[in-house]
Amino acid sequence: MSAPSEPAAGVPQSVGPPTVGPVAHWGPWRTGLAILRRDLMVTGREFPIFLAQVILQPLFLLFVFGKVLTELGYAQPGYQEVLFPGLVALAAVLTGLQSTALPLVIEFSYSNEIEDRLLAPLPVGAVAVEKVVFAAMRGFVAAAVMFPIGVWILGSIPWQASTAVAVAVMMVLGSLLGAAMGLILGTYVPPNRINVTFALVLTPLIFTGSSQYPWPSLDHIRWFQVVSALNPMTYVSEGLRGLMVPSVPHIATWACFVVAAVYLVVLMLVGMYGFNRRALS
Amino acid sequence: MPVVASGETTLAVEVRDLVKRYAKAPVDSLTGVSFQVKQGEVFGFLGPNGAGKSTTIGILTTRIRPTGGRAVVAGVDVAADPVGARRVLGVVPQQNNLDRSLSVRQNLIYHASYHGVPRATRNQLADSLLEQFGLADRPDGRPDDFSGGQIQRMMIARALMHDPAVLFLDEPSTGLDPAARLFLWEKIAELKEAGTTVVITTHDMDEAATLSDRVAIIDHGTLLALDTPQQLVQGMHSERTLDCTMEPGPTGDAASLGIALGGLAGVRAVDQLDDPAGTGWRYRIDVDGEPAPLVAPVATVVAETGAKLTDVRLGEPNLEDVFIHLTGRALR
Repeated sequence: MSAPSEPAAGVPQSVGPPTVGPVAHWGPWRTGLAILRRDLMVTGREFPIFLAQVILQPLFLLFVFGKVLTELGYAQPGYQEVLFPGLVALAAVLTGLQSTALPLVIEFSYSNEIEDRLLAPLPVGAVAVEKVVFAAMRGFVAAAVMFPIGVWILGSIPWQASTAVAVAVMMVLGSLLGAAMGLILGTYVPPNRINVTFALVLTPLIFTGSSQYPWPSLDHIRWFQVVSALNPMTYVSEGLRGLMVPSVPHIATWACFVVAAVYLVVLMLVGMYGFNRRALS
Repeated sequence: MPVVASGETTLAVEVRDLVKRYAKAPVDSLTGVSFQVKQGEVFGFLGPNGAGKSTTIGILTTRIRPTGGRAVVAGVDVAADPVGARRVLGVVPQQNNLDRSLSVRQNLIYHASYHGVPRATRNQLADSLLEQFGLADRPDGRPDDFSGGQIQRMMIARALMHDPAVLFLDEPSTGLDPAARLFLWEKIAELKEAGTTVVITTHDMDEAATLSDRVAIIDHGTLLALDTPQQLVQGMHSERTLDCTMEPGPTGDAASLGIALGGLAGVRAVDQLDDPAGTGWRYRIDVDGEPAPLVAPVATVVAETGAKLTDVRLGEPNLEDVFIHLTGRALR
């Protein structure tokens, strides 16, 4: 970072303290929290709709793959335990992604709603961070709701009290990862391309994220294993699987945390760059 | 040299040598614009679409980064301290950017909460602003259910919620019906009475002349003139004008007719204008003294070129004439 540049010769400098607004002590943090409060209020008002929106897809996946196929004998009895952690990961990542991508596309191009927040007294990048944090909250709720649903549909879910905290941390990481991917989609994809982009991105994302299969078992489909390794969701699925069903072969849990965290940093940097480009010209 | 200068009045806005070139643009959108807005003043930016008005407002409101120069709002350098600048400025954009998920009243209240206005104050202020802007009867309605004029008023009320030192309005009356426009003008006049500094962009000369204490005329990113509307018009050195429209004859051309008209006694200047119908020739003749006696000589000159005079109007010069005089083309 360079030091603030010297003013050009002849350019006058302000004297005395800058004129202050009515609430000069108000920090950017509190503005960020006020924006978060607005988002929480709006989501809270339509919480049942939000829940229906986020749990329907994992619920059906769980029911058909975990319950129906197993009962019909097409899937092995242990498959439920492999599938459940993967679907928790799927709910976290996908909900996080959808909670940033679509709103950003709409707010930047059609509604311009984001302008009032970009004109609030906080750095532009903080508006993007707030979006990601809020989307991750939605992702976390969606992932957490999978637990009671799992108990309801499957009768029981793999669970160990000793890894509960680590599971929660991985769910947070997964939600943030999804939100960061959505930040990239929402700021780089032009609005007229968002439909096709969603179709081209979401389906591969859902089916290469090791959600429905343990990654190490792909040894004999090498190319698909490589493709899956590129999907950030794989490390969330595998991490949760390792913590909830350690007996199933999985990528080392510590490696899942590290790779997921690295992915998060990289995706956030790319997303923030795109957000700044859209917000300022 | 202090920014606070020019007599006793404090500057609300100071812009010096402002340059903006957008990425991949072949030319500068602003080519070194400088001006000052005094506290409590209504300052009008007059110019056609694409002149650089919105770019200037965009830089002053921190949404566009300047390529060069300096812009200071209420003592805060907008490029060096954009967060600080956003505390002291209010923006009413060209397009509706109200929060559709919130009610009218919530739009005001949440905006104030982003700016740290205490809860009790913001509730009270929201109610009084809704009242003042004629929106008190449906505070819980969603923005989508209101007319363009009401939306515009909501956005002004929202911008006033954090008591900005300078209020920026970008083309506020574009798309409004005449009644809504008049209501808006009254409200801006009231803001001025209350001492708010207002910077307004417009391509409407009536709006600029009616509302502004001073008007800056801008075209192609360059500030062409800056003064009170009266001074700008008086600076035309001409009291009256004669507008002539004609059908061209089979021979003769527009330029030489213009020169011939300029040679008449009592004519100061002749500007050829775009004919709205697109078929004829149109001239604005600046006249010394009374224009009426010039009608007959003008008709003679026109007849000599074979053209046929179809319309003659006598008029006082206005801001549009100033604009035409400065740029050689009509405002719209």
